[in-house]
Formats: sequence, C-alpha cells, structure tokens
Amino acid sequence: MKIKVNGKEQILDKDSISVKELLNVSKVEKPDMVSVQLNGEFVKKEDYSNTSVKESDEVDFLYFMGGGNN
Amino acid sequence: MNFSEEQLERYSRHIILAEVGVKGQEKIMQAKVLIIGVGGLGSPAALYLAAAGCGTIGLVDGDCVEVSNLQRQVIHFTPDIGKPKVISAKEKIEKINPEVKVNTYKERVFARNITDIIKDYDFIIDGTDNFPAKFLINDACVFSKKPFSHGGILKFDGQTMTYLPKISACYRCVFGTLPPKGAVPSCSQAGILGAIAGMLGTIQAAEALKYFVQKGELLTNRLLIFDALNMNFRTVKVRKNPECPVCGDKPTITKLIDQEQPACDLRKK
Repeated sequence: MKIKVNGKEQILDKDSISVKELLNVSKVEKPDMVSVQLNGEFVKKEDYSNTSVKESDEVDFLYFMGGGNN
Repeated sequence: MNFSEEQLERYSRHIILAEVGVKGQEKIMQAKVLIIGVGGLGSPAALYLAAAGCGTIGLVDGDCVEVSNLQRQVIHFTPDIGKPKVISAKEKIEKINPEVKVNTYKERVFARNITDIIKDYDFIIDGTDNFPAKFLINDACVFSKKPFSHGGILKFDGQTMTYLPKISACYRCVFGTLPPKGAVPSCSQAGILGAIAGMLGTIQAAEALKYFVQKGELLTNRLLIFDALNMNFRTVKVRKNPECPVCGDKPTITKLIDQEQPACDLRKK
C-alpha cells in the first residue's frame, strides 16, 4: 500500500499497519516526542496499537517543540 | 484617526500595501499585543511589532538577560546582561518607535496571574520555552476567548500555528497533554541555531499583524513546520478535536492549573 508519512510517500508491502508499528518503522526515537495525526485527526496514545493506517492514508508525526525563551 | 506627516512617512510601506492601507495601519496602531517570553521568539516578534507601530505591546518575562541568550535573543544587547528582559526589550522598543506604549510584567505566567495579564490584549504571542507554560497559555486563551500564536523551535526546526477562539484547533487539539518529563529536549539541552528563532518569531509577528488588519489567511487549522537544515517548509492540516480536553464537546479541563515540568535543567550550568 501507498501511504504518506510526514508528507512523503511511502510504499509498504502490507495492507495495513498500526500506528504503533508505523512509529517503530519510521524510527521515531520516543513515541512520547510526537503527537500523531491520521488524516488530520488526533490519535490518542492509548489507541496507537488498535488504530490502523490503510491505503492512501496520511500520517503526520508532529514533534513537541518548546524552545523560545531560554 | 488623523495621521501626522511623520506617521505617514514612517508607515508608508505599509500604507502603500492594498491589504493594509490607512485603515489597516490604523488598526495596527490601535492593537494591543502581548508577548509572553521575551527570548528567542519574543525578541524578533517584539522588534517587528514595534516597528509596525502596534499601539500597545505587553511583555511578560521573569528572567534577566544572560550571556547565552545573546546568540539569538536579538532585542537584548551585550550591555544588558543582568537586566530584566522586559526592561531591556522595553528600552529597544521605545528607541525603534516612541509611539508604542509598552507594558512590562516581570514575572512568569501561572494559573493565578495569566487571566488577568491577558485580559486587556487582542492577540497573544507564545514565545515561551516550556510545555507547562505553552499548555497554560493555550488553556487561558481558550477560556478567555483570546487568539494566540503558538511557536516552538528546536535545533534547526520550527513550528507555529494560530488559534482563533471557537473557530480553529487549539494547541491541545493537536498535542493533547504535556509530554512526559525528559521526553522532549529543550533548546539548552539540544541547541538551537539562532536564526531559526528569528524565522519563527517573525512569522508569529506577521500572523499578529494579519490578524489586526484582517487580511489573508491565518495559520488556523494548520501547523506550519519547517526544517531549516534542509530548508523545507510544509503545513499539516489539523482539526478541532471534538474530544479535546479543553475546547472539545465535553471538556475535562475547566480551570487553569500549574503543571510541573522543568524546562531547562541545564540552564544554569
């Protein structure tokens, strides 16, 4: 299947993958560092393993960014 | 409002813009903007908003200028080391544009003071460095129905989005809850290329000005993310989350709270 991860097209040789697995495959160091959006919708942490990403889905891993002041 | 000759001259490059014009400049001159955190993001934002002629600029920061700030916090100069950031910034703003009224709050934002601080302002810029403050600013702006600009930077990356009360996704719609302590490095731990702070802070200032003149499209319901190392920009669509704990259909957060999470544990090193 073809999906988009962080705006980039990716081809995976399966029909579906859980958000949890995708985090792993995408080498997100610590899942706590990101917020996951599936087709623009927020995915709760507790739903990572039972939410599946399918053909032409768009997933974004949005990193928490503080910075700024000090 | 009658513009003086000097004002027409000073703001001529704004006034000549069809989207701004005399009316837009008037709106900017009547606007009250609050900058929380006068550091990497707040410095460039304050400089541009002052130059633009914002009527009132509020500055909130409890810290004093340190030598390690000077690499990116461009409103503070070397002789300002040791001076409260809000004072250092006020002095520069008054030199750039004596017409701007500056209010200073030499304090951090907490659940107990934030509502009172933001209440008189039209637009808030979040230039803070830590997540408890970012979530607090978000929640306070949701409760007080204030628009604000979220900004975050780390290493070579930046992100920003604009919140409009009731209309667009809030910071919690996208980021949910505070990340666990230690999960996300701070700038003092991971580093930051100074110019990145400038890039992001000026985007925040531009959003405030667009909000005041009511032209164009704000960064609402989208998060702008850039990676300046490869100079890639993209916007990610985000949505108002019906299950959002603060702005959703059944909010579970109904009052402001101070959450613990030190931002920069290497700060004083």
